[in-house]
Amino acid sequence: MVDLAPHTATSPWFKDNARTALADAELQNALKFVEANFIARRREVAGQLPEFELLRDSARDIRDHTLAHLDLYLAAYEKRVVEHGGHVHYAVTGEDAQRIVLGICRKLGARTVTKGKSMVAEEIGLNDFLEAHGVIPVETDLGEYIVQLRQEMPSHIIAPAVHLTKAQIESEFRRVHTHLPRDRNLAEPTSLLAEARAVLREKFLTADVGITGANFLVAETGTSVIVTNEGNGDLTQTLPRAHIVLASIEKLVPTLEDLSQLLRVLARSATGQEMSVYTTLSTGPRRPDDPDGPAEYHVVLLDNGRSSMLGGAFRDMLRCIRCGACMNHCPIYHAVGGHAYGWVYSGPMGAVLTPSLIGIDRAGHLPNASTFCGRCEEVCPVRIPLPRMMRSWREREFEQHLSPATVRSGLAFWAFFAKRPRLYGIATAAAARLLGFVGRRWGRFAWLPLASGWTRHRDFPAPQGATFQAQWKSAERGRLARSYVSSAGGQSGKGTGGTDGRDRRAPGPPP
Amino acid sequence: MTPRQLILATIRRSLAVTGTEATRGLEVAARVIRHPPGVVPERGQRLPAERLDLFARMVKAAAGTVERAGDPTDIPAAVAAFLRAHNLPLAIRRGDDPLLSSVPWERAGTLEIRLGASDGNDLAAISHAFAAVAETGTLVLTSGPDNPTTLNFLPDVHIVVVSASDVVSDFETAMARLRGRFGAGVMPRAVNMITGPSRSADIEQTLILGAHGPRRLHVIVVGEP
Repeated sequence: MVDLAPHTATSPWFKDNARTALADAELQNALKFVEANFIARRREVAGQLPEFELLRDSARDIRDHTLAHLDLYLAAYEKRVVEHGGHVHYAVTGEDAQRIVLGICRKLGARTVTKGKSMVAEEIGLNDFLEAHGVIPVETDLGEYIVQLRQEMPSHIIAPAVHLTKAQIESEFRRVHTHLPRDRNLAEPTSLLAEARAVLREKFLTADVGITGANFLVAETGTSVIVTNEGNGDLTQTLPRAHIVLASIEKLVPTLEDLSQLLRVLARSATGQEMSVYTTLSTGPRRPDDPDGPAEYHVVLLDNGRSSMLGGAFRDMLRCIRCGACMNHCPIYHAVGGHAYGWVYSGPMGAVLTPSLIGIDRAGHLPNASTFCGRCEEVCPVRIPLPRMMRSWREREFEQHLSPATVRSGLAFWAFFAKRPRLYGIATAAAARLLGFVGRRWGRFAWLPLASGWTRHRDFPAPQGATFQAQWKSAERGRLARSYVSSAGGQSGKGTGGTDGRDRRAPGPPP
Repeated sequence: MTPRQLILATIRRSLAVTGTEATRGLEVAARVIRHPPGVVPERGQRLPAERLDLFARMVKAAAGTVERAGDPTDIPAAVAAFLRAHNLPLAIRRGDDPLLSSVPWERAGTLEIRLGASDGNDLAAISHAFAAVAETGTLVLTSGPDNPTTLNFLPDVHIVVVSASDVVSDFETAMARLRGRFGAGVMPRAVNMITGPSRSADIEQTLILGAHGPRRLHVIVVGEP
């Protein structure tokens, strides 16, 4: 079984991972669906709710408020859980959380546990740990079930098997479900789903313990909330003798009204649904006259570095509600998929969070895997400034001398000129003229000294005419001249209606 | 230091607070007591009849089906007709819910009624929703002997009865009703908010109904708002 513990993350080899991913035809086929579906669905459903942008502001403010008072909300939440007959366990590290979960399973004599999808469980490598200690974990979310069979990590935080094609899933089911007739027809996704439903139904009914994550924890009532479409999380937590909720400490929201605000942006940002099918609020164990539900209810609250993140440059990352919109809209994610990121969290949110959790020395490539196009921040339901934080990580990487020597010397070379604007202008003008002259015949270069990283994958266009700065200067001179002429002609240069006035307010070059 | 103390202490160090500041404590207490509503969409803010129309439209958009019944006594016939229309055996499981218990089931002829929680061997179940939210076509069900949670997830077909007067405009109103029914800070073991039948899109993002929960969700809106 694949080991998901942080020390085995393949993030340090992001570049190799990415190269492999780009050459993987089946992966590239599967990834087409991400870009095609998620983006259009989110746009459509967000457009149907006029208050969507206001709700994003509200969601951001609720998360900020909660984080600023996290100690108090945690205490309030814990009090309510206990009042309802539940148990709260605090885990400083992933290992602590593993031991707590195993302890509960052992006390109940549990042999098998069903699991709803939980990214925190992935973060702490819970499945391997339980299996190594004689407890069999069964993932029940269809996508998680598939990646568990394949001994893989999820490649997307809400669509774990998004990197696989139907054919790959079929061959996996044929390999594992050997008790079923070999000549059965699995050509359609419906037959694959029906088979998984039948296989997992047995597991639901026989499991001793159910483990789920939590999308939110509500301080007002001591409630944990899961949001799913399949219903697997509910069967996981309703049928066994005990329900263990595994949640990180930042999942808190103050009240049921705050929860309502966040639910309105979660499903719309994630799958482009108005609401996910099942939003379940769980509070404590089965009551004396309840005919069903777990007899024990445990919450394991995981810190794993988050309490320290609260005081640093990456605090805003703790607003994240794990919708996946950032990766759904990320050109890098579309190109390489989630596994290339080498650990549990991928896409822009992974590029910011992973260095916080496993160290910038090992995850340094991730914040560099961005074009800074800004789409992630544009769609983030809690408005996390993801590009800015990726830049912060790059700065740290540079400051800690973790960037490769070529990058450092290249930056030093560039900085030398950038700090001397006049020299910069002369040097770039000379370079542009030289390149333009050499490349005049073909209009492009298939190879350039020091630029093989670029030219290996595409041609470099030969410069035509003057540099941007030179063109800007001459255009500016022209505008000033025109504006002088029109003012002299008796027109106001300040009016918003005049093109001259607008021209002068055009954004200038970066200082 | 216990893990709890350690985590709280680290949070406080990061936030540069002691945890005993009166202003912070008051702010948190006030927020929980006052539970301010935030942004509530216009969409659900309609007169009762239009609100019911919106609710029905949103349920259908989520791949559920809806019918109206003038009176609870119409429920047995509606249930029998639905089961027949889908070629299902005339048997249904329900809990001790007062409304569902008061219904004249004998009027539906051979319809077999099973009582209590499901063990996974029922094809159909019927529940009475605590409330419904017109904004998104969401049903709100509460756990307990009246409406066991297993009925919401194990059967292939889930029929949910909701009184027209319990169809509210938005989530905030539904939350206020929960508070009114169970008390501030108190909740039943499970509140299931259900929007359409179970589904998965985990295989090449093809949406398929009936993943682990019911393949069909049918709502019967009873009475007038």
